[in-house]
Amino acid sequence: MATYPQNFRFGEFVGSLIWLILWILIIVTLVGLPLIFIVLFYIPLPPIGNQVLTPYLFLTMMVDPSRTIPIIHQLMTTDLFRVAMFPGFTYAALIAAVTIFVERKFLAKMQLRIGPLYAGKIEGIFQLIADGLKLIAKEIIVPSGADKPMFWAAPIMFVSTAAAVVALIPAAPGYVVADTDVGLLAVFAILGFFPLIALLFAWASNSKYPFIGGLRALHQMIAFEIPFILSALSVVILSGTLNLTGIVDSQIQSYWFIFFLPISAFVFYISSLAELERIPFDLPEAESEIVAGWLTETSGMIYGLLQLGSYVKTYALAALFVVLFLGGWAGPMVFPPQIQTPIINIAPLYDQQAANATLWFTLKTFGVIMLMLLPRGISPRIRIDILLHTGWYKLIVLAFINIFVALALIYGGILGPGGLLVR
Amino acid sequence: MTSLEDKFEESKKLGLQIVRETEDDRLMTLSVGPQHPGSGHFRFTIKVDGDYIVYCDPDPGYVHRGEEKMCEYRNVIQNIPHLERPVIHDSNNITYSYSLAIEELVGIEVPRRGQYIRALASELNRQVYTLYWLAIYGIFLGHSTMFMWPTGDRELFIDLLEALTGARVTHAFNIPGGVRNDIPDGFKDRCVRQVRYFQKRLKEYEDIFYNMPLFRQRTEGVAVLSKEDAVKLGVAGSVVRASGIPYDIRKAEPYDIYNEIDFKVQYMKTGDCFARSYVPFLDMKESCYIIEQLLDKMPQSGEVRAKLQPNPKGPPGEAYRRVESGRGALGYYVVSDGTPKPYRVKISVGSFRNMLALPYLLVGQKLADMPAVYWSLNYWPVEADR
Repeated sequence: MATYPQNFRFGEFVGSLIWLILWILIIVTLVGLPLIFIVLFYIPLPPIGNQVLTPYLFLTMMVDPSRTIPIIHQLMTTDLFRVAMFPGFTYAALIAAVTIFVERKFLAKMQLRIGPLYAGKIEGIFQLIADGLKLIAKEIIVPSGADKPMFWAAPIMFVSTAAAVVALIPAAPGYVVADTDVGLLAVFAILGFFPLIALLFAWASNSKYPFIGGLRALHQMIAFEIPFILSALSVVILSGTLNLTGIVDSQIQSYWFIFFLPISAFVFYISSLAELERIPFDLPEAESEIVAGWLTETSGMIYGLLQLGSYVKTYALAALFVVLFLGGWAGPMVFPPQIQTPIINIAPLYDQQAANATLWFTLKTFGVIMLMLLPRGISPRIRIDILLHTGWYKLIVLAFINIFVALALIYGGILGPGGLLVR
Repeated sequence: MTSLEDKFEESKKLGLQIVRETEDDRLMTLSVGPQHPGSGHFRFTIKVDGDYIVYCDPDPGYVHRGEEKMCEYRNVIQNIPHLERPVIHDSNNITYSYSLAIEELVGIEVPRRGQYIRALASELNRQVYTLYWLAIYGIFLGHSTMFMWPTGDRELFIDLLEALTGARVTHAFNIPGGVRNDIPDGFKDRCVRQVRYFQKRLKEYEDIFYNMPLFRQRTEGVAVLSKEDAVKLGVAGSVVRASGIPYDIRKAEPYDIYNEIDFKVQYMKTGDCFARSYVPFLDMKESCYIIEQLLDKMPQSGEVRAKLQPNPKGPPGEAYRRVESGRGALGYYVVSDGTPKPYRVKISVGSFRNMLALPYLLVGQKLADMPAVYWSLNYWPVEADR
């Protein structure tokens, strides 16, 4: 059995990388530079950092890269950077992509398999790109009798709703797209859209199995929405604010809330598994029962978008868990106050607090994501009556118990303003 | 151009009982299979009222290959390779009873070493079949690890059978008069080692699957088949043993050397989905002990095959012999008219009888339990269609 690619040579791999870089350089010089010059000559750009970007300035940047640093610094303070890069969609999509790869490898190791291996030469790291290309190349089949506008709109709505949740989550002090005072409430308001999208897509497919899957999604998400919100409510009682940045700050001032509210964290974890339709709560997509549930009629990139959306949602809920219970970006300082780089001095871009916060936030989020992947390897699918019973009877009771614990902590003078454990 | 309406009117004239659904119907008709991921080469129509199944109509026959008719055009030896096609992963058992029936017709005695090797191959193959069944059962309940582990451990026995017979799945090893060839050198040590390893793995299966609370919740008390109903429906194999009837052909009418082997018939009394899924697992455990005993008690040397004439034929007559396969009693009724080709061959399989219990068990269950109940019946569609 061929377990490893037979023709792997490290020298060849390095050689191919060098060839790739050479080609990129050639294309940039022959196509990119003339294009940029045309743009800069004919379109006046606004001044950035007291300087107008002229072709002359651009050429000096090519020669001395350190002159780009003020411009990058300027860009990093814009809203566009927050929305598009960090902590917005690119960051979330990157984590989602890594999650997909890690999930496949992790599950494979658990099940005594190897997992993706060939694409990308090293342990199949480009498997996701290969899958994405395949999905783009496939034909999108719309069932006859389907409600076409709804059928096309639902996947886009799904991804954008997932991205909207990401917009509310602070990843580092100051790095949040929408820092509202009702942040937590807004998260739950947006999460409420998902069952609607699932049901609308299921109805639009004009097929029986998707319809059953859509109804299941509706039942499941409504049953778990309430314990979900109630478990987060105890955190709000302790911190006294709905603002997510404020919640993190109050945890930095005292201790992580998971030490005070372990039951609440457990309820939140279970409910988010149900919200994400992951095993053991993947009833809306139960393969052996209702083909693929509400995803039965999807094909090509529609399926790809729904998968991307669900993994972005996984990141969003894991990040929310970190913010609510694991102290957000709080963690011991590992970065030096100043850094020296040999050729280009990037010191103006470097922010010790932000770098440290990003590191700890990413590490914690990844830990929670791994915890969310774990049940897939060890658990069978749950049945709908047991699921509803768990949601309505058990988790709500547990969440209420923890609300009383939170109230006792506040009125006992342990946490809250002027409490014993508040530093 | 015929519209849907015309087709419907036409089908009414032909006398087909097609009932159209209307929008205010309470019942929804679902067609499960043959392209449904939870059905295999088999189709059944179910009607659901909300989440409850109120009606079930099995419709087998998608993989009918006319094995019985094909037997009438070939002589008894030529029949073996195509007779194992219905259950290629249990091929030693499906040719076992055929060989027994032909031996009874022709009137030959199998050497003792041949009988032992036959039983050994049949036990190894039973493990292969049951592991495959267990893997599918795992994925039907959404447990992907339980799909991967048995499929991987199946390789242990497939490798052993490959060393023994030369083929991975379709062995054509049992022939009238004994087995095709002797066991290779060092086979016994290898077999013992791999069976010991497998026994350790069985404990892990129990931990991750059978003792899992979610699995228990899903299967315990679901689709109970009582003792009386099991007898009335005539179910076979693990299904009848799960309902509290310790009936195993290896004990009830021992063939070859099974009366010299010490083993217990595994059965459970509850008759629910859990019992039906647990009894094959207990059988696997028992099979490991049987394999070890067979290796110990086997004569060290001797013939493995009785001498036969090139085209064996017996006097006109008939014979019926059956063995315990992975899916219950598997019998062959062979009629000979004195020529080398059989006059009639009838295969009686456990799968078909188990399938008949499906409509009775499925009614009243929830839609989510449909794959769990269906596959717990130990039904192999290809074998039932023959």
